[in-house]
Amino acid sequence: MVRIAVDLNRCQGYAQCAFLAPEIFTMHGEEALLYAPEADEAHRAKLAQAAAACPVQAILVDAVDVPAGAVSDAR
Amino acid sequence: MLGDGSLERLKREGRIVVVGASLAGLRAAETLRAEGFAGSLTLIGDEPHEPYDRPPLSKQVLLGRAAADRTALPRLRSVDATWRLGVPATGLDMAAGRVRLADDDEVPYDRLLIATGVRARAWPREAEAELDGVFVLRTRDDSAALARRLEEGPKRVLVIGAGFTGSEIASACRERGLAVTVAERGAAPLVGALGGVVGAVAAEMQREHGVDLRCGVMVTALEGDASGRVRAAHLSDGSTVETDVVIVSLGAIRNTEWLAGSGLGAGPRGIACDAGCRAFDIRGIVTDDIYAAGDVARSPHPLFGYQFLSLEHWGNAASQARIAAHNMISESTDRIPHMEVPAFWSSQFGVNIKSVGVPSLGTEVLISQGALRDHRFIGVYGYQGRVIGAVAFDQARWLPFYQELIETTAAFPPPFPTVDRCSDGQRPLDADFPDPSVPTHGPTVTLGGYSPADRRMTFTPAH
Amino acid sequence: MTQSLLHQILDYANRANPYPIYEQLRKTPVHHDDGGPYVISTYYEIRSLLHDPRISSDARNLASTAGDPLAEPAQEEESALPPGFLRLDPPEHDRLRRMTNRPFGPPHSPHRVDGMRGELHDIVSGLVDGIGDPGRIDLVEQFSYPFPVTVICRLLGVPREDESRFHTWADTIAASLDPDPDADPTERGKGANDARMQLGMYLAGLIEERRKNPGDDMLSQLATAKGEDGSMTTMELLSTAALLLIAGHETTVNLITNGMLTLLRHPDVLQRLREDPRLAVPVVEELLRFEPPVQLVPQRTTLADIEVRGVTIPKGASLWLVLASGNRDPQRFEDPDRFDPDRPDNQHLGLGSGIHSCFGAPLARLEAQFALAELARRLENPRLLEDPPPYRQNAVLRGPRHLHISCDGIRP
Repeated sequence: MVRIAVDLNRCQGYAQCAFLAPEIFTMHGEEALLYAPEADEAHRAKLAQAAAACPVQAILVDAVDVPAGAVSDAR
Repeated sequence: MLGDGSLERLKREGRIVVVGASLAGLRAAETLRAEGFAGSLTLIGDEPHEPYDRPPLSKQVLLGRAAADRTALPRLRSVDATWRLGVPATGLDMAAGRVRLADDDEVPYDRLLIATGVRARAWPREAEAELDGVFVLRTRDDSAALARRLEEGPKRVLVIGAGFTGSEIASACRERGLAVTVAERGAAPLVGALGGVVGAVAAEMQREHGVDLRCGVMVTALEGDASGRVRAAHLSDGSTVETDVVIVSLGAIRNTEWLAGSGLGAGPRGIACDAGCRAFDIRGIVTDDIYAAGDVARSPHPLFGYQFLSLEHWGNAASQARIAAHNMISESTDRIPHMEVPAFWSSQFGVNIKSVGVPSLGTEVLISQGALRDHRFIGVYGYQGRVIGAVAFDQARWLPFYQELIETTAAFPPPFPTVDRCSDGQRPLDADFPDPSVPTHGPTVTLGGYSPADRRMTFTPAH
Repeated sequence: MTQSLLHQILDYANRANPYPIYEQLRKTPVHHDDGGPYVISTYYEIRSLLHDPRISSDARNLASTAGDPLAEPAQEEESALPPGFLRLDPPEHDRLRRMTNRPFGPPHSPHRVDGMRGELHDIVSGLVDGIGDPGRIDLVEQFSYPFPVTVICRLLGVPREDESRFHTWADTIAASLDPDPDADPTERGKGANDARMQLGMYLAGLIEERRKNPGDDMLSQLATAKGEDGSMTTMELLSTAALLLIAGHETTVNLITNGMLTLLRHPDVLQRLREDPRLAVPVVEELLRFEPPVQLVPQRTTLADIEVRGVTIPKGASLWLVLASGNRDPQRFEDPDRFDPDRPDNQHLGLGSGIHSCFGAPLARLEAQFALAELARRLENPRLLEDPPPYRQNAVLRGPRHLHISCDGIRP
């Protein structure tokens, strides 16, 4: 799985992501963006296209694989 | 640091503790590693989950388009940290440099970042708050539980409070075809953040989408049935709303109680810190090893008369965390101030609402582009003859221009024509914000005087 | 007398490499010769003006340009077609663009462009299959032109076999966007208007036909749509269709040709692309920065006196925003003259910004990605037969007229 977040302060609704990866990004009305916070590995290539095409570079995607033990509770 | 090598030692083998494992905590941790911090890093979080993103919780998740437990934040780099999740911090010993945890463990630090954020304000009557079907929405678990209940198709949802979160919830419920009543104490939705002129547009949007919007009323009591399920709400106008799901959306409370008595300048209004994110102690002296970032921090902003600004904004949490992290491991001359112009967004009823600056500081508003009736416009807010904020309804691409006006303290009303100024925009209107002494649900920006050592603030327990 | 920088930009002799002139220009971020337009060449100023509501795209807001040798040909009153949304301001612009977007993109048609991937791939591979003699290929004639024309025809529902009819009109109209100091503005305006009129008549017939037998194409949907913004008038429909038809291929031809030219000048990147077609994504973004198909926007005007970098630009002045120069501004891009697909945070101006940002951007991106990845994969040992290649006259929509290359063979 790939994690996604969009900095919607930056987003200006150019909708490039929603054109190029409609499985992950959808426009809600003319300008508001909804995105899947997690996407299948199978969509990684489209996600990369969407992120690269964002004119304001607002799409954040996992840059590292989260190490398995990294989030376990260390109590 | 005095060039005695102590900074280098800190970066090499120091101990940094971050209390709060959400957006600000994670971004700070990533920044620390990106800037070469090689010592031990501990992240402490009261929830048992790794850092997740909150904005989808009131939108995608309630619409059934995403699962609440699938909202973890993307990792921009490896943080190589020890995670203490599900264990809230319960105390701070500033002299000893230790954070105490709920399991009585203590974690020593050389530098501490506090990013404990806020929590949802609960329904004040405890017995009613515990009725089945009464929800708040702040955490992943809140959102999951609410989404499950909405899935069951309740007969009517009641949202108490029409701030941004309440309005987004109402929007999602309507989109799912659920009957929704919204009860708002103020004259209109969003009125605390955007004033009455723009609030009237928000009200129109709600009604056009079939929300039973009731303004100027308070919910006086929630009533349960024999099995302990909520069945009705009683309103101050004497009416009753039959409902099986109630969402209490009355704003947030800052998570600072655990700092009571610690000597840190922390209270219900947050943790006072300087523009470099260093926290003040109760004497008003800035600490050099304790930093604050995100929703819980409040710091002076040069664009707003150096008043202390506390911002419950996603962008603020991310940027302030980066600055705090940088400053924690920098020489004093290399520190940078947190001066970002406040900005936030909301999407509701198919409209994208974005704001820059601090509209709630404005006394007047001018519709400089578009038209209120189209729900597509820019509102510019003025305060004492200068532009102090702006809001865009489905007009986001123009907003950078208005941000520049705010940054350059440009004159209000703006003396120039724009590409589509129409009849709305001929003159400024009274922005119609509610009396600040009357609490509202809406504002996500609050200002306080320059009083980090205010005893009342420090010692009054929250509520 | 030395030529003004403005004339140097327009001078055909500089078409192959205008970037040194842009570098000169950036020394004066707001450049103005008496009687000429105000030329903005630095990144932050261009970006800021693209988001400035005091800047109009509507030529009717221009002050008189009488006596200005660089003035654009004026729209004649009796012009066959009103301006398309590219040359309009809000609210008309917003309304028309929304209506045009309805059958093209999200929220109403989110799968239109994404759903063209298979078709794009097939067209591209068919064109490469059809390349005859690998010893001498004109990439423009054999690939970069036919590809986007085929795509826009299918998208709009324009019969591909009519290409020879609208090609000349489209070229004339595209050329009229190019400010030419030496041409007689009246003559040029007349030529462009004639072309617009004829293109309009051609499209009118087509639309009539689509109204009777609507298909899945955009023309049919635009002609029959009734959305929240109502329907377009016939004149609006014709203007919009003309705009899409012209913009839909005149620019993409150049993006693809400039792209292959740039890759052939950077064989290391070409090799990487051959090995990993996913590199096409950042390659195209960097191309949009490095060699943008629209070099400058010469069509904006001020609605008030505005101050830019200490210079007051008077109301009604003509503004040129030199996107290609902003893209090479060292204040924004490190080592800007280096072609580097690994460049982080590449917020180029290649497709504009603000409300007039390129309507067809997602399609142009996909077309260029498919085209360059396929060329890289299939051409064996490709090389340029002449460098620089011969360019088209146009300084605004800048690109090679021909790109002669050869290769050892075509891989299957």
